[in-house]
Parts: sequence; C-alpha cells; structure tokens
Amino acid sequence: MPAFLLRRFLHAIFVVWGVVTVVFFLVRLTGDPAALLVDASATREEVAQARHALGLDRPLWVQYAEFVRSAPLGDFGLSLRERRPAMGMVLEHFWPATAQLAAAALVLAVVLPIPLGVLAATHRNGAVDHLSRLGSLFLQSMPSFWLGLMLILFFAVGLGGLLPAFGWGTLAHLILPALTLAAAPLAQNVRLIRSGMLEVLQHDYVRTARAKGLAERGVIYRHALRNAAGPFLTVSGLSLGFMLSGTIVIETVFSWPGMGRLIVQAVPGRDFPVIQAAVFLFAILFVAVNLIVDVLQGLLDPRARVFEGRT
Amino acid sequence: MRRVPRDRLAVVGLAIVVVAALLAVGAPTLAPTDPVQNDLLARLTPPAWLDGGTWRHPLGTDTLGRDVVSRLLYGARVSLVVGFSAVVVAGVLGVALGLVAGYYGGRLDDALMRLGDVQLAFPALVLAVAVLAVVGSGLANVVLVLGVTGWVTYARIARGETLSLRHREFVEGARALGARDAAILWRHVLPNVLPSITVVATFSVARTIIAEASLSFLGLGIPPPAPSWGAMLDEGRNYLTTGWWLALFPGLAILAVVLGINVIGDWLRDALDPRVERGI
Repeated sequence: MPAFLLRRFLHAIFVVWGVVTVVFFLVRLTGDPAALLVDASATREEVAQARHALGLDRPLWVQYAEFVRSAPLGDFGLSLRERRPAMGMVLEHFWPATAQLAAAALVLAVVLPIPLGVLAATHRNGAVDHLSRLGSLFLQSMPSFWLGLMLILFFAVGLGGLLPAFGWGTLAHLILPALTLAAAPLAQNVRLIRSGMLEVLQHDYVRTARAKGLAERGVIYRHALRNAAGPFLTVSGLSLGFMLSGTIVIETVFSWPGMGRLIVQAVPGRDFPVIQAAVFLFAILFVAVNLIVDVLQGLLDPRARVFEGRT
Repeated sequence: MRRVPRDRLAVVGLAIVVVAALLAVGAPTLAPTDPVQNDLLARLTPPAWLDGGTWRHPLGTDTLGRDVVSRLLYGARVSLVVGFSAVVVAGVLGVALGLVAGYYGGRLDDALMRLGDVQLAFPALVLAVAVLAVVGSGLANVVLVLGVTGWVTYARIARGETLSLRHREFVEGARALGARDAAILWRHVLPNVLPSITVVATFSVARTIIAEASLSFLGLGIPPPAPSWGAMLDEGRNYLTTGWWLALFPGLAILAVVLGINVIGDWLRDALDPRVERGI
C-alpha cells in the first residue's frame, strides 16, 4: 500500500475515534445522561434504576472505554420509543430512503453541470452563463427547505397535483425532493466547471490541439474537459457532504422516510439512543466520502498525494 | 443582457441589509399589531390586494390571526441578531485559536487542527440539531451552538496566514526588539489576517441566517410564539393550499437579506483578497 494511502486511512480512523468521543460526550453535556436516556415521565427511582442498569453509575473512563468498544460495532442501545436497537432503526431509514434521495440528487448535481459548465465557458456571457450566475447567487441565498415549499406550491398545489407533494415509493415522489436537494450544489458546480474550463482553454496544448486541425468538439471534450475535471471529484465529494446535511430539512419538508427525518422526529421524544446512532452514521458517511474522494484523487493525480488534513 | 458591475450590486446589497436592520430596530413602532397577539376571527386573512384582504393586515394573517407584517418585522431581529452574534462568537474563537496554533506550532497546533478535522466530520446542521436536543432550544443556545461549531474555518485561515508571517522580517524584528508574543500577534499578525477573515465572516453571516431559519423550521430554534422567519415557514407549510402567503413571504425575506449579504461578500472578496481573479 502506498504511503499516502496508509496515512490517509490512519487519519480516517483517528477521525472516527474522535466522532465516537464526541457522540459519547454529547449526552453528557448537561451532566446527567441517565435523565436523557430514560422516558421523560420516569420517576426519580426509575431514573436511578436506569442509571444502574445502563452502567452510568460506573466511573466515567469505564463507561468511555466500553462506548469506544461498542459504538463502532453499531451498539447504541435500544430506542426509548420503539424498544429495539437504535442503529437498526437508523439503518432502515438510511437504506433505501435516504440513499435513494442522496443518489438521485448527486446524479443531478454532478452530471448536469458538465455540459452546462462547458456551454457557459465556451459561450461566455451567453444565456447559460448568465442563468448559471444568477442561479448560483439566488440558490445559495435561499434556504433549501423554502425552495422545496415553493416547488410544492407550484407543482403539487398550483399545477393541480402534477407531482406528489410528499411521500415515498415511486419515481414521481423522488423528483421534487431530489431537485430541491440538488439545486444549490448544481448551480455552484456549473460555475466551478466553467471557471476550470476557462483556465484550461488558455493552455498551450489546447492551442496545439486546435492548430493541428482537431474539431472543436474534440478539443473541448477530449483535451480541455479532461484536464478541467481535476477538482471535479472534490466537488462531488463536497456536494455529497452538503446533501447529507440537507437531508435533515428536505426529508422533513417532503415527509421522506429517511434518517434525516428520523433524527428530527427523535428530538421531541428525547430518543437519545436514536439521535446518537444517527449522528454517528451521518459522520461516518461523511468521513467515508472524504476518504474515497482523497484516495481516488491520489490514485488519479500523484500531485494530490501530499496529504495534510483537508482544507 | 449586460453584467451589472460588482460594486454597484454591492451598494444594492448594502441597502437591503441596512433597510432590514432599520426595520428590525424599528419593529415596535413600525409593526401594525402585536406580533404574538391572536385574533382568531381574522385567521388566514389573505394579503390586502386579494379578495377578503384588508389593509389592516397588508400581507395577511396566519392561522392564529396574527399579522404577517408584524411577525416579519420582529422576525428580522432574530435573524440578524443570531446571524451576526454567532459569527462574532465563531470568528473570535476561531481566530484566537488559529493565531495561537500557527504562532506556537508543535503539539498545541496538532491537537487543535485534529480537533477541527473531527468537528468537520459532522454535517453542521446534524451536529447543531443533536446539541440543541440536549441543551434545549432558545436564542442564546442557538447563537452558542452555531458560534461554537463554526470556529474551524476561521482557525484554519488564521493559522495558515500566521504560519506564513511568523518568520517574516517585521515579525522577527518586533521579537528582536523584545515585544511580547501577545503584542506581536495582536499588532503585527492579526491586522494581516483580518482581510481574509472579513470576507469569510461576511459569507458566514449569510449561511448562519439560513442555519437559524433551518433550526427554527425544525422546531429547534427560537421557541414559539416568538416570531422567527424559519418558524413562520414551519407553520406555513401545513397551509400551502389555504394560506400560501404564509410560506411565501418569510422565505422572500430570508432570500432578500441573505442575497444582500452574499453580494456584499462577493464585492469584499474582490476588494480585499487580490488572489481571487476578477470576473471569472
């Protein structure tokens, strides 16, 4: 294994350990985790009983050592509401609902910007260029959940139920939430591909390719785009991370039965095992995406192998 | 279609933000009615220009008959206060830690930067939701959570600039003349870090306002009945068919203010940060 891969993996393991530690201390922020980990209506005796049953009366370092051992295996205890393993519930909500939504949004946000970004760069100050500039400014200035509400208002209420406003199951249900989640990163990615292309198009090898009589299409797609695609992986990784965060509000807007909505629903019921498990899984997914992006980039481009933490 | 020059756009952005601030400050005198006063007989009154609307409630009323304009005006206070104070908390914390990490280096630097790596592993909104679930919602908690979770970016920028400055002649010179570390950091390093920090902070005020709206939308921000734009959208989303104005106007308010701030940020980046190429 090349040294850069080893360094990168060790760093990921360190971050996972950090994540576990943060999740451990999360329920101890207010001092008494027992009060959080039992039903809100519990009497003082029941809380004391639970404290003992959950081992919360043992020294902190013993509890921590056990948590560090069990959390990575997905053991976060039982959901207070449903009395079954919290991580199992989170996984049921992640797969397939959240995975589906994130995948659909990622395809929209990463594939569509390629032709649009090229168009914006080759036709500077043309319609696509202006629209993407306005689009990225506006979409980054509105809360994604509000965009979702407006899309519902237009497509589900205004156009007489052209698309379903909420629910899950068919392709039609997927369209509005995926579009909402993808909108802001999509517009931003168009701008990124555009500026990457503009930079590459000034290089000598593009002039050479043109000079030797290649068709413009070939110059753009075979020579320029390939070299402009360097930051593309990073962009995809960033978009996916952004979307993971976005699922928490978008799933709530569209009543999408994923893990974002699960964590929001767990808050009023103070179902902390579920919150802990969901926060852990969110962070692990985030770390995994970053790791995969860095490794792929390192394999594709040796210059990216100098790894010193993400900036 | 010609591009409007950045600085002219920035003036528009600044005007929007100034007007929003004035409206927020003047809310008690400007608001037509008390923002939390129910009037069930007038519930779901549409905006004034529609059938059934009245100029007593220019933008209509919500499901409890509360005046939308009044709630928007008071909601501006929440958005602006949270947006600016959380960024101040994050900026002061992050810059201080970044300066110290960059200047002294070594173990402290390693520890702080690794801590930042761990924190960035959490999607920001997920972490905020989880912490607020534990400590409870409310204005102060929202500011603290959004502030404390926002330090990493500032710390990284401040650290990077400090690293590149700490062996420059003017810093070495100050040290040779016997200046204390704190004085060097404050007088010689900090002023060089501030331009980039200002640009980042401007954009993050915009992002923080959206984050506050998201948290309030999820019921974790400012508790009802206090008006907040995010909470208004949360109430409005259940009445899209009968009271669409409840979901439209608070969103437009957020869009206007955040757009204004982002445009100012773009202009500041061009003006203060020469590394960014103009126009691309």
